[in-house]
Amino acid sequence: MLLTIYDFTRLTTAIHTWLTSKMGDTLVMLSEMVMVGLCTLTFFVVLCLILVYMERKVSAFMQIRMGPNRVGPWGTVQAIADTVKLLLKEGLTPDGADKLLFNFAPILVVAICFAAMAPIAFGKGLAIWDINIGVLYISAISSVGVIGILMAGWSSNNKYSLLGAMRSGAQIVSYELSIGMAVLSIVVLSGSLKLSDIIMAQESGWWIFRGHIPAIIAFIIFIIASTAEINRAPFDMAEAESELTAGFHAEYSGMKFAMFFLAEYVNMFIVCAIGATLFFGGWMPFHIGGLVAFNNVMDFIPSPIWFFGKTFGLIFLIMWFRWTFPRLRIDQLLTLEWKFLLPISMINLLLVTLIAIMGWYF
Amino acid sequence: MATANPIDYLPIIIQFIVAIGFVIFGMIGSHLLGPKKHSKVKDDSFECGIEAQGNARLPFNVKYFLTAILFVLFDVEVIFMYPWAVNFRDNLGNGTWFWEMILFVVFLMLGFLYIIKKGALDWD
Amino acid sequence: MAPYFFYFLAFLAIFSALMVVFSKNPVYSVLFLVMTFFAIAGQYILLNAQFLAVVHIIVYAGAIMVLFLFVVMLLNLNKELEPHKSSLLKLAGVIASGILMLTLIGTFRGATEQVVGAGLSDGLTYNNQVGLVKNLGKVLFSDFLLPFELSSILFLSAMVGAVMLGKRDKEPIEL
Repeated sequence: MLLTIYDFTRLTTAIHTWLTSKMGDTLVMLSEMVMVGLCTLTFFVVLCLILVYMERKVSAFMQIRMGPNRVGPWGTVQAIADTVKLLLKEGLTPDGADKLLFNFAPILVVAICFAAMAPIAFGKGLAIWDINIGVLYISAISSVGVIGILMAGWSSNNKYSLLGAMRSGAQIVSYELSIGMAVLSIVVLSGSLKLSDIIMAQESGWWIFRGHIPAIIAFIIFIIASTAEINRAPFDMAEAESELTAGFHAEYSGMKFAMFFLAEYVNMFIVCAIGATLFFGGWMPFHIGGLVAFNNVMDFIPSPIWFFGKTFGLIFLIMWFRWTFPRLRIDQLLTLEWKFLLPISMINLLLVTLIAIMGWYF
Repeated sequence: MATANPIDYLPIIIQFIVAIGFVIFGMIGSHLLGPKKHSKVKDDSFECGIEAQGNARLPFNVKYFLTAILFVLFDVEVIFMYPWAVNFRDNLGNGTWFWEMILFVVFLMLGFLYIIKKGALDWD
Repeated sequence: MAPYFFYFLAFLAIFSALMVVFSKNPVYSVLFLVMTFFAIAGQYILLNAQFLAVVHIIVYAGAIMVLFLFVVMLLNLNKELEPHKSSLLKLAGVIASGILMLTLIGTFRGATEQVVGAGLSDGLTYNNQVGLVKNLGKVLFSDFLLPFELSSILFLSAMVGAVMLGKRDKEPIEL
């Protein structure tokens, strides 16, 4: 039995009842929408600041140096200072660029990020939008993100941008297949696409432990493919500094560049949150089937702490990759996906179904 | 039978409005706050720092096209697996449910082997 | 509420479809096509066909449009190689598409009568739940199993075709 002390549905229901007692139905809906919108926006901005700071500190830690340490205590205000600087910069649009698409690309990229974040469950009963096709919806929305990158690269009128965008397009679409297969293997085990159902299915243990080796293979494929999907090193072909200046956003400056930057970090959060939800139970505390007392002790840690702990653990892993592996060439990258990850993930999915049929998961 | 209604999709519209509002607000704010000085050289495309040669919209290697076309095919395959995977747990006793997908995947694997054999995915 | 959404989405779909045709720049055409697909996906959601809506976005907006963008970028757009179409060709195009439209209208009118006549839906209320992923899977993998398996053979032939198309061009400009 899960404890209910940290259930956010009680909070949301309380707010809803209070609002309903004050005003009409339409107004209630509207005000709730505004509240949710403001919360997401705040969360989005705070998340980016934290991730940028974390990236710089983790890089510093990997390279045995200090990292940002001047602005604020331990450099914590550095990210805010950077944001203010970017806000005060001039947003250039080059002469040769296609003005409309050039300015529309950042909007599209950020809008897709926002939309993809909607179904994620941050804690028990704490999700903006618990839709019954959650996982499928996220893969659908994020598959459109590549259009924003191609748009940015093409409209810039810069050879390097276009090259970066084409590479990144080929890379993102290829790795989407493996992500799809890895996600499907968990869908087979859970029997639902709804994120809350997938989390509840892990009440007696996370899938990565219960699913035996195929689940671990699926997780490894997922983490490799999602690193590629969000254009992070060692798969950062789109913005390989040493060969393409800054790839698809080379021509962007000021706030427009900041939007791409922001979207990149939020995307990193999204894939890690999905990974944490599918393989590590999302907000589900660490449970071992049968050990009731142990499970009850674990339940005393609030669910958002579990969720953010797992997600930031995965984010740390992806940041770790960046300083561990050298960058791949575009042909190596596509070979890795098409000749290794794709067939492995296809066979792995069938292995997972075999496990499910035999009832080998415990 | 599972049920759902179109009204469930309302929150996504809010998300989009918030996102677009946020970006436009940020970009306009930055436009108002930042300096606005233009010059011939400054408005040139940056490229890699040195003077740009020729137009950027060049034709591309056909490999990218082939990758995209193969992606479309495999993507449809992955899509077909979703309705199958969701129903998998309810059909554990149903033996054919597994073999149906095996047959489907075997055909795709044949195609995949053909692609590998033909060297369509080799970048020379 | 739903009728307003319907009219908005229908307007959006028709407007962006027209813009696909009238845009001078092929990249703009492709992006308007993406907008059309989103509007149509919205219509599917209004009909409660969730799976179809999501597939429409993944396959058309996410995959086929990327392919189209690649193809458009593969072409050299600088040369203004768009030849001026003769008016005879335009007339032929109008007649052909007009005939296609008539056929489609005729088909869909017939389809509505068939669906209503078979009692599958009364044509007025959109409470059909068969479009949800789970329910659709049950039907697809039992009643429509043969078409599903045949589609894999279709994929196989499409793969062969793609490889043939892609391999023929031996001298691409390397970038």
